[in-house]
Amino acid sequence: MPETDYLNASYGIKSWLLTTDHKRIALLYLFSVTFFFFVGGIFATMIRIHLLTPGGYLVTPETYNKLFTMHGVAMIFFFLIPSIPAVLGNFLIPIMIGAKDLAFPKLNLLSWYIYLIGGGFVLYSFSTGGLDTGWTFYTPLSSVYSNSAVTAAVIGIFINGFSSILTGLNFVVTIHTMRAPGMTWFRLPLFVWSHYATSLIFILGTPVIAITLLLVALERVFHLGFFNPALGGDPILFQHLFWFYSHPAVYIMILPAMGVISEIIPTFARRPIFGYSFIAGSSIAIAVIGFLVWAHHMFLTGESLYAAIAFSLMSYLVAIPSAVKVFNWTSTLYKGSIALDTPMLYAMGFIGLFLIGGLTGLFLACLGLDIHLHDTYFVIAHFHYIMVGGAVMGYLGGLHFWWPKISGRMYPEFLARAAAIILFIGFNLTFFPQFLLGYMGMPRRYHSYPPELQVLNVMSTAGASILALGYLLPIIYLVWSYKFGRVAGPNPWPATGLEWKTQSPPLTENFDVTPEVDWEPYDFEHRPDLALEPGVGGLLPAHGDD
Amino acid sequence: MQSQLPLFPEQASNFAPHVDALMGFIILVCLGFAVAVTIAVIVFLYMFRRKSPGAIGVAIHGDMRLESAWIGVPLILSLAMFAWGAIVYVDFRRAPTDTLDIYVIGKQWMWKLQQPNGLKEINELHVPVGQNVRLIMSSEDVIHDFSVPAFRVKMDVMPGHYNTLWFRPTRPGKYHFYCSQYCGTNHAIMGGWVTVMEPDEYTAWLAGSGGANVSPVVAGQRLFAEKACLTCHQSDGKGSAPSLNGVFGGQVRLASGAVVTADEGYIRESILNPNAKIVAGYQPSLMPTYQGQLTEEQTLDLITYVRSLQGEPVPSSGAGVIQTAGKN
Repeated sequence: MPETDYLNASYGIKSWLLTTDHKRIALLYLFSVTFFFFVGGIFATMIRIHLLTPGGYLVTPETYNKLFTMHGVAMIFFFLIPSIPAVLGNFLIPIMIGAKDLAFPKLNLLSWYIYLIGGGFVLYSFSTGGLDTGWTFYTPLSSVYSNSAVTAAVIGIFINGFSSILTGLNFVVTIHTMRAPGMTWFRLPLFVWSHYATSLIFILGTPVIAITLLLVALERVFHLGFFNPALGGDPILFQHLFWFYSHPAVYIMILPAMGVISEIIPTFARRPIFGYSFIAGSSIAIAVIGFLVWAHHMFLTGESLYAAIAFSLMSYLVAIPSAVKVFNWTSTLYKGSIALDTPMLYAMGFIGLFLIGGLTGLFLACLGLDIHLHDTYFVIAHFHYIMVGGAVMGYLGGLHFWWPKISGRMYPEFLARAAAIILFIGFNLTFFPQFLLGYMGMPRRYHSYPPELQVLNVMSTAGASILALGYLLPIIYLVWSYKFGRVAGPNPWPATGLEWKTQSPPLTENFDVTPEVDWEPYDFEHRPDLALEPGVGGLLPAHGDD
Repeated sequence: MQSQLPLFPEQASNFAPHVDALMGFIILVCLGFAVAVTIAVIVFLYMFRRKSPGAIGVAIHGDMRLESAWIGVPLILSLAMFAWGAIVYVDFRRAPTDTLDIYVIGKQWMWKLQQPNGLKEINELHVPVGQNVRLIMSSEDVIHDFSVPAFRVKMDVMPGHYNTLWFRPTRPGKYHFYCSQYCGTNHAIMGGWVTVMEPDEYTAWLAGSGGANVSPVVAGQRLFAEKACLTCHQSDGKGSAPSLNGVFGGQVRLASGAVVTADEGYIRESILNPNAKIVAGYQPSLMPTYQGQLTEEQTLDLITYVRSLQGEPVPSSGAGVIQTAGKN
């Protein structure tokens, strides 16, 4: 282990709570998003136990409604949205581009405090009456009829929005202005490209959800008629505003995970990524087209026929860049020199689950099918495949990939591979039956269901218990490895990015001297510093058909 | 525990075979992609596994032909899914004209349904097989959603607004209907059964259980008198408000110059928020709002009554309806 690094540069609680080091702030985020992940996870566990029997097993209808609402709010706003950007993005973006820190280090710390204050409001709401509106806060249920602690929750999410906006702003400015000499736009790691796209959505989308939820609070507290038809408002207006952010927010959750996968695959296939500019461009395309599909959540609200047709068409178009990524990742395996280390297992799991999640999106974008599938468990299964199968697998894959950099130590490989496989199996067992439930017509957010649907529900709950084990394992062995893991060295895989050119864990300033970049991304061939053997891998000579 | 593993819902409406065929098509296309990618990944992982610890792969940076192919082919298949889906959806959103109309009101946490003869049902809906049925739906409080999986149909039920949903039952039987839009505490038990009957059974059922019902037209007519609507809305068009004879279903010219179709939504708005749309040639602000003074059911009765005036003679002036060749 290096003598000084960002972890032992200073000691004491103040050195953490007042730090402006992006790496320490990333760790602060790591602890806080992990906390919310377990809060949301406990709610999810209770939901699955409750649904073991058709009449509902565990809790009253009121409590059940609060469980799925609080599960959604904790997971989406306080885990999925910040997870990869605020933890891995924060830690890695400056190092990946050869900078000492983000452009606005104090703003970065402020973002974390804002997140904490927003999270505090939401936890206050959870513990004083709970929240039973659904994470979607549809009006007038949320603004008039709900008896739960809606106001505190929406204020919490409003506040938390500023954390996203500031993080996005910080990333955009940093990527524009702080790249090391030689780090041109097309030498940027694809992780950075995907975070650039994500940041655009943070900056352009988050203000809309913030102001919308503020309007809900105003209608609730002061009876101003924005959404309540009895006061002259329009409940559909809320849905437009809500989904204008919340659909792009799905891309906030998945784009960073795609960035992680784009780093892992070339590293473990030891060859340049196939179609670099297409993967980079598709991230931007997803961020842009993603803003033009929101009303596909509203095909059955009675919206205009022509609006529905236009939004269905746009939804099919946004599927194309995702398909492009999958094809390019798959092609990157071709003639690689592939090792299935833990991060690569997660990346392969990601491709499988994201494939199912993405393809089932085509069912829901289809106007004729959405009539039947809308608001059923098919939707639940679809977005869990994207957000848990995609985003969480990507997050865990990334956490393992960069864990040696973050902690300076290796995690136990056998346990880690086992956890990745357990998660993959548990995930499919939990969520695949929900596609079938959805096609049978089981509506979402039901605390009880017809008895003929019990078998599928029991299968789903059984899968969830395997999934829960899969999530507990990494927590245990990662904490263990922080103290007892094998020392990793600067570049254990080896990988080609700048973050692997500095020590593990890095210095507070990241680099002794500002690095200069004179190599192309994911180029293993012309990197004698990696000490690999050009010409040995693959079935054909290395310089075959380039 | 039930032992069966249900995978496929019953098909009981005109839409069910269309939706299922569409489902089959999209499943086939998606399965094709998923299997192709999965096989490619597995084969590559095996063929190109690392042979020695220091080995690197072959540097292939990309291929424009491949990129164009995997942008182009999915695009074409996507557009096919889009187009087929749009065709089914347009059919679903455009009800035929010969429908049996049933009024539906959702409220936390029950459904009130009214047959054309005034028979009221709660959480039950009886319809004849083979007949086009249209549900005209509104909510008294939050957003609900009327969903019948066996018919493959659903539609949100909004407060302050009418949404319609149509289907043609094709098989007698009893089918679940659900509330599909989360609406609060008892959302999960806000459902019931649709009973599809043979037409003669349906007629007998209507006659047999409809004895004590006042038809909504009669109820609406009573309200029309009670609320003094007829003071201004005189049938000969000489009152200070337009005659309502022949208005329903017609095109109405407004003071703003715009033309609107007089459907349920228009009549409802004109009752609850009269100044929103003023008929050309009439004074605004004469009619008081009935917002909060009528229940949803009373509003529906009034609308049904106005609708029944279609057969009445339309006055030569003062109805606000644009005269067309078929109407005088």
